[in-house]
Amino acid sequence: MQDPIGNLYNWLMGWLVSWGVDQAISNILLSLVGIVILVTIAMVLDVFLVWIERKVVARFQDRLGPNRIGPWGIFQPFADIIKLLIKEDTTPNGADVFVFNLAPILSLASVLLLWAVLPIAEVVFGVDLNVALLYIVAAGAIGTLSVIMAGWSSNNKFALVGAYRMVANMISYEIPMVVILLIPAILTGSMSMLTISQSQEQYWFVLVVPLAALVFLISAIAELGRSPFDLNEGESEIVSGFHIEYSGMKFGLFYAGELLHAFTFGAFISILFFGGYNGPGVTQMPVLGVFYFFIKAMIGYWIIMWVKYTVPRIRIDHMLYFNWKFLVPFSISILVMTAVMHKSLSGYETPVYVGGMLAANLVLGWITIEILRAQARKQRKMDDPNSRVVAELTH
Amino acid sequence: MTALQIIFLLAAAVILISAVMVTATRNMVHAALWLIATLFGVAVIFAVLEAGFLAVVQVVVYIGAIAIMFIFAVMLTRREMLDKGPQMNKRAWLAGILCVVIFASLIYMLSSWVGFNQIPLLVGNADTLTLLGQSLLLPSAYLLPFEVASVLLLAALVGAVYVASNRKQEEK
Amino acid sequence: MIPLSWFLILSAALFSIGLFGVMARKNAVAILLSVELMLNAVNINLVAFWRYGNIVNMAGQVFAIIVFAVAAAEVAVGLALVISVYRRFNTVVADEIDLMKW
Repeated sequence: MQDPIGNLYNWLMGWLVSWGVDQAISNILLSLVGIVILVTIAMVLDVFLVWIERKVVARFQDRLGPNRIGPWGIFQPFADIIKLLIKEDTTPNGADVFVFNLAPILSLASVLLLWAVLPIAEVVFGVDLNVALLYIVAAGAIGTLSVIMAGWSSNNKFALVGAYRMVANMISYEIPMVVILLIPAILTGSMSMLTISQSQEQYWFVLVVPLAALVFLISAIAELGRSPFDLNEGESEIVSGFHIEYSGMKFGLFYAGELLHAFTFGAFISILFFGGYNGPGVTQMPVLGVFYFFIKAMIGYWIIMWVKYTVPRIRIDHMLYFNWKFLVPFSISILVMTAVMHKSLSGYETPVYVGGMLAANLVLGWITIEILRAQARKQRKMDDPNSRVVAELTH
Repeated sequence: MTALQIIFLLAAAVILISAVMVTATRNMVHAALWLIATLFGVAVIFAVLEAGFLAVVQVVVYIGAIAIMFIFAVMLTRREMLDKGPQMNKRAWLAGILCVVIFASLIYMLSSWVGFNQIPLLVGNADTLTLLGQSLLLPSAYLLPFEVASVLLLAALVGAVYVASNRKQEEK
Repeated sequence: MIPLSWFLILSAALFSIGLFGVMARKNAVAILLSVELMLNAVNINLVAFWRYGNIVNMAGQVFAIIVFAVAAAEVAVGLALVISVYRRFNTVVADEIDLMKW
């Protein structure tokens, strides 16, 4: 029970070698089997996520949600999938057929690539890359590419404008995300997700850098293109943006990719800041980490859904203003403060260290709020009294 | 034929075919997409060469930023109905001959070098990622080029914004 | 085991294809695309020599990172120039960007 994946691998390897298969080829075969199993788990989870999403949004909106098909509507996603499969698969006139078909595949693939580096438990993970944090940014870049391919190949002005906005959004919010991803790397000294999870055994990083967790949450929601940053694909805004010309299972791939991406980012927040698979009893039985990981990832996903169904949509110029004029300087100042405090406090024992970093975070947060307040006051004096609401929204 | 050789040959085929398509296709957006395929192939080659950091940085910087910039630039500089002219210069065949000559002379010069058919050394236990980080930050190593590169990027940022900004109001 | 010659041949071929693109294409953006191919060829060359030489000496990878930065800067400024030229001349075909009389 200590190392289930390792034991399974050794047993299967011995079995294959005893059949006469070459060592290297059986290694590749077993890797392929592992990839298929991991992707299957991710996609089955995705189906479950559709149900959770619909139930949670219903409860937030004070209604029941799907409850006809199966107990508590639990077979609703299967009905959705059957509906998507039997819909007509249109390709718009004048579209670039190869690129049009490639875009949803790339979009879902870029999310599944992220599952390769998630440490689900200390002994259950895809691969322990030593550049895992940067790999996450790279997979996000492929997602950005798929958006612009979808928007361009649809031969539709609304799709193109929606794709432009979405790409502008995604590449703008990558900057605070990358800067914040540097912070666990500073605290741990490694970019590997497994090492980051392992070094949170004593205290979670959210106690040490809560501001960074907050900024990562905001930029993750913006990267996903979810509300409140979903101007680019809201149906009442731009007629669902780059999704317009996609119907049937292609749209299903986009939708599934978005939900899985949201869950994966919930998992990242839990790994980077909330301890990942750590919890009581994990050192004796590492497989228990799987349970803790999924609970924490679900809580992270629930927070993302909570923000989505509570906050109204933000306009595109406000979105970009918020990023470039607030989040980028803020995240860089968090980075500098964390680096300085980590270096100066690293000799002391744990309670002094945690307390010192937390105090520094609170001081920085208070200074930021005071600066924002002063700016809002100045803006209010400049505008008329009845546009005070606009001033408070833009700052 | 080890697995690594097969991966190298596949990646090299993808790179060369996509590169030829970049220079030969008429549709500019397709040319940018073929460039993305080439860049993916180069990232795989970096991974084969055990430079994992560079492979990931290649995807982030080239595909995630530069290729998207190219796609935007292509979309902003299209003229409808006027993509019909010849898309190569009149003397393109001369350029082709020159490039073949350059390729052949490069291979000839390199093949007369002693180390041309080297076999790679075993990597051993060197933690190349830590070494790379240290070499970029130690003043005795490559700190100065690192800082100069950041100043260069700042200059490019300011320059690009200034050059591309719409200054019609000033001219009027 | 992959001999070094394979990487060098690949890099030389990619460089020549890029050079052909620069010399033969008319569209200014296509010329910049081909310049990117040449820069990638140089990067493959640098990293191959790093790997097949002394691995502890990081000069190859550092140089490749500097090439990344320079390529990004050059593409940004180059495309800004192309867009600015497009606004003035309403064309990006390199032959037509011409104020001369003859």
